[in-house]
Amino acid sequence: MSSAFAKIGLFAVALVLVGCEREKRDFNAGPPSSAATAEHFERDAYDISQGERLYGWMNCVGCHSHGGGGIGPALSDDNWIYGGTLQQIHDTIRDGRPNGMPAWGARLTDDEIWQIAAYVRSMGRYVAKDVAPSRQDAMQTSKAESRRPRLSPRWGAP
Amino acid sequence: MNARRFAQQIALAAAPALLAGCVDSQSVLNPQSGEAHDLARLFWIFTTVCSLVWVLVVAALLTLLLRRRRPDSTPETDNLEQQSRKTAVVAGLVALTAVILVLFTLGSFYTTRGLIAPGPHPLLIKVTGAQWWWQVEYEDSDPTQVFSTANEIHIPVGRPVTFDLEATDVIHSFWAPNLMGKQDLIPGHRNSLTLTADKPGEYRGQCAEFCGLQHSHMAFLVVAQTPAEFWAWRQAQLKPAAPPASGQQALGQHLFVEGSCATCHTISGAGAGGKTGPDLTHFGSRSTIAAGLMANTPSNLAAWIKDPQELKPGVNMPQVPLSDHDRGAIVAYLEALK
Repeated sequence: MSSAFAKIGLFAVALVLVGCEREKRDFNAGPPSSAATAEHFERDAYDISQGERLYGWMNCVGCHSHGGGGIGPALSDDNWIYGGTLQQIHDTIRDGRPNGMPAWGARLTDDEIWQIAAYVRSMGRYVAKDVAPSRQDAMQTSKAESRRPRLSPRWGAP
Repeated sequence: MNARRFAQQIALAAAPALLAGCVDSQSVLNPQSGEAHDLARLFWIFTTVCSLVWVLVVAALLTLLLRRRRPDSTPETDNLEQQSRKTAVVAGLVALTAVILVLFTLGSFYTTRGLIAPGPHPLLIKVTGAQWWWQVEYEDSDPTQVFSTANEIHIPVGRPVTFDLEATDVIHSFWAPNLMGKQDLIPGHRNSLTLTADKPGEYRGQCAEFCGLQHSHMAFLVVAQTPAEFWAWRQAQLKPAAPPASGQQALGQHLFVEGSCATCHTISGAGAGGKTGPDLTHFGSRSTIAAGLMANTPSNLAAWIKDPQELKPGVNMPQVPLSDHDRGAIVAYLEALK
């Protein structure tokens, strides 16, 4: 009996302790010098969401859509023309690539380029699930699922 | 004697805290528009009547508590006349309460209905809330009369002004207490607010809906001007940015337009066209930086550009690496954009 209480107590303490580690937001990290120190950008939910915001603001959507591609290549698949590591994506955004990818090196700070690169990595789910954005921040054009008209179940589906 | 001194100290300590609420430029008790006058009148009627009722009730209660009761007076011993008199008093007070509440409801209904009645030919200003600043666009059917500014709203006195309120990210709320009540700015939904300023003055406003880390540093200034002054201001705002007047300013313009500043900020006439940050075409004419965070002085601006995250943590403006010399040039250029 008392061991059951002890187990419940331990479980409760563990549950409370889970809440203790809150993701830190480092507003002023300073520019990282190499890919080894830049890796934290793809482990940080705040950086990835800032990357998502910048992806919209810089109109990356215009060519790459929301990852599916269009005028530019798709970003959510595993086909990378110039490499798919964080460092390679960062370099692509910073220096530009032939046939239309502009260079952002003079237009964005290095931190911002790392953030966008981290967000691009999250599109193909190359980042941990707990830091990747789970839903679009942008306004939705269709109604929320709970507000759509009720569908009747289809019987005998394949 | 000791208790009296203690009470004096308490009063002395409380006075600044109470007086802090009396800042004239941001107070509902200093109404400066027709709409704010109506709201303030409602406030004072409610406060006066409720205070009066409270004083009378407490006075009656104290009187009855302190009055010596006749030993033989119980409900059973009351004669018929006394009983009916008590019933009449209670019924009268209930009726009086009901009348006061109905009058309050009617007063509140007609006052707030009057606030949303559209005025003739209002000046249209679109205000868009963003984390954490205000975009202000003066609308007009003639596209050459349209311009954009930020965090500082000039309005003419005596003419109705309609604010079209929207937001780009989260819900904000537009509140200039001297001029009008609050109204929310909601992404994907347009709200509006109409007011007519009585007399010239500067009134401070503040975001009144918690919107994130820097909610408290999301302020704006409403400058009510005479129609002639407003017209002159408007004509000045419509002009493109002043060309650089010195070598230092020319360097500042070059760095601004070719560097990362222009990615987010517009300076019309100079070739900078970013739309995600405040329009800086006439930055030098504004009185504050970063949505009311600091006064617009060259040293404050230099500190702000050097490290925005230190002064307003979480803000979307990044820390752009610049030498002191280059930053000085950008500051000189921006401050000259009157």
